[in-house]
Amino acid sequence: MTLAGWLQIGLFAIVLLILTKPVGNYIYLVLESPDRFSVPLLTPFEHFTYKLFGVDERKDMAWKEYAFALIAFSLVSLIFSYAVLRAQGFLPLNPMHFSTSSAPSYATEMTPDLAFNTAVSFTTNTNWQAYVGEGTMSYLSQMLALAFHNWVSAAAGISVAIALVRGFARKNASGLGNFWADMTRSCLYILLPICFVYSLVLVAQGVPQTLEPYVNAVTLEGKSQLIPLGPVASQECIKMLGTNGGGFFNANSAHPFENPTPFTNFIEMLSIFLIPAGLTYTFGKSINDTRQGWALLIVMYILWFAGVLCTYYFEGKGNPNISQLHVQTQASVLGDNGGNMEGKEVRFGNANSALFAVVTTDASCGAINCQHDSLTPLAGLVPLINMQLGEIVFGGVGAGLYGMLVYAILTVFIAGLMVGRTPEYVGKKIEKKEVKMAMLFVLGAAFSILIFTALASVWNFPEKSYWNAPGPTFANINNAGPHGLSEILYAFSSGTANNGSAFAGITANTPFYNTVVGLAMWIGRFLLIVPVLALAGSLAGKKYTPPTSGTFPTHGWMFVVILISVILIVGALTFFPVLTLGPIVEFFLMKSGHLF
Amino acid sequence: MDELDIIPKKKAKPLFEPNIVRRAMKDSVMKLNPRLLAKNPVMFVVAVGSAVTTILLIRNLIEKGTAQELLFEVQITLWLWFTVLFANFAEAMAEGRGKAQADNLKRGRKEAMARRVINGKDEMILATSLRRGDLVLVQAGEVIPSDGEVVEGVATVNESAITGESAPVIRESGGDRSAVTGGTTVLSDWLRIRITVDPGQTFLDRMIALVEGAQRQKTPNEIALDILLAGLTIIFLFAVVTLLPYSIYSVRAAESGKAPDIFSLIALLVCLIPTTIGGLLSAIGIAGMDRVLQYNVLAMSGKAVEAAGDVDTLLLDKTGTITLGNRQAVEFVPASGVNVQELADASQLSSLSDETPEGRSIVVLAKQFGLRERELSDKEVQFIPFTAQTRMSGVNVQGREIRKGAANAVFKFLEEKGMKVSTDVERAVTTIAQSGGTPLAVADNVRGILGVIHLKDVVKGGMKERFQQLRAMGIRTIMITGDNSLTAAAIAGEAGVDDFLAEATPETKMQLILKEQTGGRLVAMTGDGTNDAPALAAADVGVAMNTGTQAAKEAGNMIDLDSNPTKLIEVVQIGKQLLMTRGALTTFSIANDVAKYFAILPAMFGTLYAVSGQPHGPLWALNIMRLHSPESAILSAVIFNAFIIVALIPLALRGVQYRPMSGEALLARNLLVYGVGGLLIPFPAIWLIDQIVVLLHLAPVS
Repeated sequence: MTLAGWLQIGLFAIVLLILTKPVGNYIYLVLESPDRFSVPLLTPFEHFTYKLFGVDERKDMAWKEYAFALIAFSLVSLIFSYAVLRAQGFLPLNPMHFSTSSAPSYATEMTPDLAFNTAVSFTTNTNWQAYVGEGTMSYLSQMLALAFHNWVSAAAGISVAIALVRGFARKNASGLGNFWADMTRSCLYILLPICFVYSLVLVAQGVPQTLEPYVNAVTLEGKSQLIPLGPVASQECIKMLGTNGGGFFNANSAHPFENPTPFTNFIEMLSIFLIPAGLTYTFGKSINDTRQGWALLIVMYILWFAGVLCTYYFEGKGNPNISQLHVQTQASVLGDNGGNMEGKEVRFGNANSALFAVVTTDASCGAINCQHDSLTPLAGLVPLINMQLGEIVFGGVGAGLYGMLVYAILTVFIAGLMVGRTPEYVGKKIEKKEVKMAMLFVLGAAFSILIFTALASVWNFPEKSYWNAPGPTFANINNAGPHGLSEILYAFSSGTANNGSAFAGITANTPFYNTVVGLAMWIGRFLLIVPVLALAGSLAGKKYTPPTSGTFPTHGWMFVVILISVILIVGALTFFPVLTLGPIVEFFLMKSGHLF
Repeated sequence: MDELDIIPKKKAKPLFEPNIVRRAMKDSVMKLNPRLLAKNPVMFVVAVGSAVTTILLIRNLIEKGTAQELLFEVQITLWLWFTVLFANFAEAMAEGRGKAQADNLKRGRKEAMARRVINGKDEMILATSLRRGDLVLVQAGEVIPSDGEVVEGVATVNESAITGESAPVIRESGGDRSAVTGGTTVLSDWLRIRITVDPGQTFLDRMIALVEGAQRQKTPNEIALDILLAGLTIIFLFAVVTLLPYSIYSVRAAESGKAPDIFSLIALLVCLIPTTIGGLLSAIGIAGMDRVLQYNVLAMSGKAVEAAGDVDTLLLDKTGTITLGNRQAVEFVPASGVNVQELADASQLSSLSDETPEGRSIVVLAKQFGLRERELSDKEVQFIPFTAQTRMSGVNVQGREIRKGAANAVFKFLEEKGMKVSTDVERAVTTIAQSGGTPLAVADNVRGILGVIHLKDVVKGGMKERFQQLRAMGIRTIMITGDNSLTAAAIAGEAGVDDFLAEATPETKMQLILKEQTGGRLVAMTGDGTNDAPALAAADVGVAMNTGTQAAKEAGNMIDLDSNPTKLIEVVQIGKQLLMTRGALTTFSIANDVAKYFAILPAMFGTLYAVSGQPHGPLWALNIMRLHSPESAILSAVIFNAFIIVALIPLALRGVQYRPMSGEALLARNLLVYGVGGLLIPFPAIWLIDQIVVLLHLAPVS
């Protein structure tokens, strides 16, 4: 660890904190302010959209209606993406002729299971990539099948979060707002303006934005090199801002065309947390008590910082077996390149890689600028736990806030009883229905991660079978020992949490993995959103109980401490056994000289 | 607990009475009935786990496993069964006291006979065959056969069978003291009673059913907690079930160690699922109702007790709750030119035959002026009783007409005599009225106005402090009174309530309740009259006085057998204590898991990735308690898990300690005790059990 590293981490924390309130205020204005927010240039588009689809944007939807609209929209757009992916060979904007007879030799085939996996992946805001972007996707697929979802899945996340916020803010109400209006307004007024400026900044920093085919260059040694290009900047910005994380290129944000400079690295990380942080303020403002939002933000900051500390510490220490071989692993005075540099970009150094790894897994982004597979065992534990907690530390756009609110409800229910009252959170009594929905939320995630990982660690397919050509599922793993288990665990944690980053080291493009990870992603998104919306519906119908001095105050330090404890005990303890068999035992083995 | 003891409990019994314990032990075995176990998801899982280990144990006994394996397996199986039994025992203990009390009540109900009056003739029939509308005659020394209304007669009645209070009470026809309860005994005189309930629905029957817990239903908060616990159980079930494939993978990858056996996995599961709170949850609920009963309040449902903890607004009747109930003379204010002594003398004379508490208090006050009570048996003395028309009472002595009464009535009396009232008296009347007191003017036909007696409501001692406590707990108190707002404001200020409702009528009371409820607040109130019934029914917690009318008793969801409205505050505290106990034990139970992981996981995976020749692999390093061996570690965790249920039974039955304070302060305190305590306590406890287990050779040393 170096001072320069910590200064950068500190700068990140401060800039984010400064941006939280204005962003939150703006989201509030767009989605919650009583007089409808409008922008001269954009509002005609909004009205046109409603007219085009025949939507009555003022209709207040009950939770079931809201959920139905969301799922129906997602299903239709899922099928649309699947169709575009499968048909990309016949569609325009395919300069490299993927999925045609004249496809280049390095191209991957767009099989039905890969198309399904990818379509689910982008619909669910996961962006798990079982393909190599520059070797599989046409420009049209990138833009229409993938980037399109980066927009709408992010907007859908914001919509669900706002619906839950309304559940808290409204009294004796039956409706949660209008899904179509929330989607449209989120895209148009929140995502679009930011992305417009953001993509231009990226272009200025050197990110390509073109529809020209790949360039064939001749290197200094006289060899030829194919340099992939594409409409990268426009996809990069929403990939980060919408916590999607699906890279245009396989190397994701480690690729110089996606993330060329330390400055782009900084704003890319910042843009992951921007909306999730802002939403905590939107929440507080909507319920007329901004302290409640700040309390949640503080919890997120603490958990984030603990993750950064752990990751940076263990990465900075590096691998003891390597230092024993008298390899120079000390950080130099100027660079931040000491410790474990395996799988890292020298451009970014240790601090920015560790920070990126934590930020991208705290939020459900999943973009990466270093190989998580190469992290030292306990540093690699942090991304795993982050995802297993359900991405609530800032979390996905919208998803982070609603996940955190679910934990807040559980916390209030468990600890709030200790003040001798039926638990209340921000004026709403937490009763049977709320507990049931909150538990369903936690159960869904635990089920998907634990059961699917268990299946994938012991399923014995015969070799050359359709479902898994390498044979038994563990044959897909490139690393032996506990590290292999971590790789499987990471895949399903990432899928369920809709993160999309990969530990890699696993051959995931087989029908078995494509289907099961696809299922995990679907469960992790929609099986969790339905209870959240049911929760919102139930809360909205309740009356408001004004706080008294006998109420459990949910804006103080005590609440922060209890919420963190509940998150760690209820959320993380479930995964402690499997983590002992993965990263933890690997850590002990590394200390005794065994590497995997 | 001293705050709770302002009103002493009637039946403060030790927690573990031998006969209750004996019965509970028997019941805990009876409760192994799967149908009963299924009601408790957490314990059901433990029972299923125990059954599985039992079957495996039998198989291993037949297949002749090694002695060491069998020793471990027998013990795990036994302790798992004990976990279930201990939880059953907790519930049976909580039910025990109610059952014992129900037995007592049942004894009183048996073989009572009734003298039914039909067409003017008496006939003796069994009390249990009385129906609503029957007329019975009960004479001194007889037991009242069923609930009813007195239609004729006045009698003293011993109600100790219901209230435990042996001092007799008066029951008479008409008014608010006409309700009688079956099972109580007429001590003197006789009563003619119209029966108001059908057999099986008497107060005694309902009371027996309630204390027995026969119709106990889970309360809303209990159901919510059950869902949470069931959810956690399922999550941990996932965690443990999937551990087998993970270990199979790991054993293959490590090429050493072995996958954990089913005994260890089930042991881990039982240790992780919240068995502590799961085992004690129903006991806490039953004990909460029992605690209310110990204050002689009969809660019609557990829901009512739970709601009491949530109450935001207390509606308290002024009379009898906040004030002593009777206005008392506190001062004589003489008219100008009149001696205080003279005024006191006239006041005393006029009050000698006045048997109302006010009249008596005047005589008492007059004593302070050296005036002794006089015998007025002279024939010349003529007492004028109070009537609603004159609104005065008084006495005529040797031609002197002394009158005392409402100021304007007395002024009118003087006017008729052609006398004037001095302005200072008028001023005194206004001053007293403004201060919340009641002015009583005193005059005679000789000297005219003599002065004014200041009657005042006296606030009960300690009420102000109690209201302060309630405020700290976030509860608002509203005083209900029929007085005008001036008087009400004065008393409200003196007693320190937050608000008051003056000139209250049943309608305004009802409106107040609805207004509070629309504002999201829960309301508790007490009442006894028939016109209180709608408000009692509307309130979230309505405590009816046992002396009250049948209508009131049916409308409320609690009945105070002692008819002491101040107890509402205790009921609220018991409700809070009930919820707190649940929260505290849930937190404790969940926090315990951390230590159990550190006991069991290294034991299960201690041999994985072990270098050949060494007994332990790298994960044995997680054995931070330095437990002796894998067997002793798992055994110790399971034993701790079972014993903690028994250890916490007293807490579950008694409730966590409660002092009125703000929510934040309460939380900080409980969090420290049950959260941090729950995190830390298991470490030394499991370590100690491990030492004992090894000492007794119940598990290998390493």
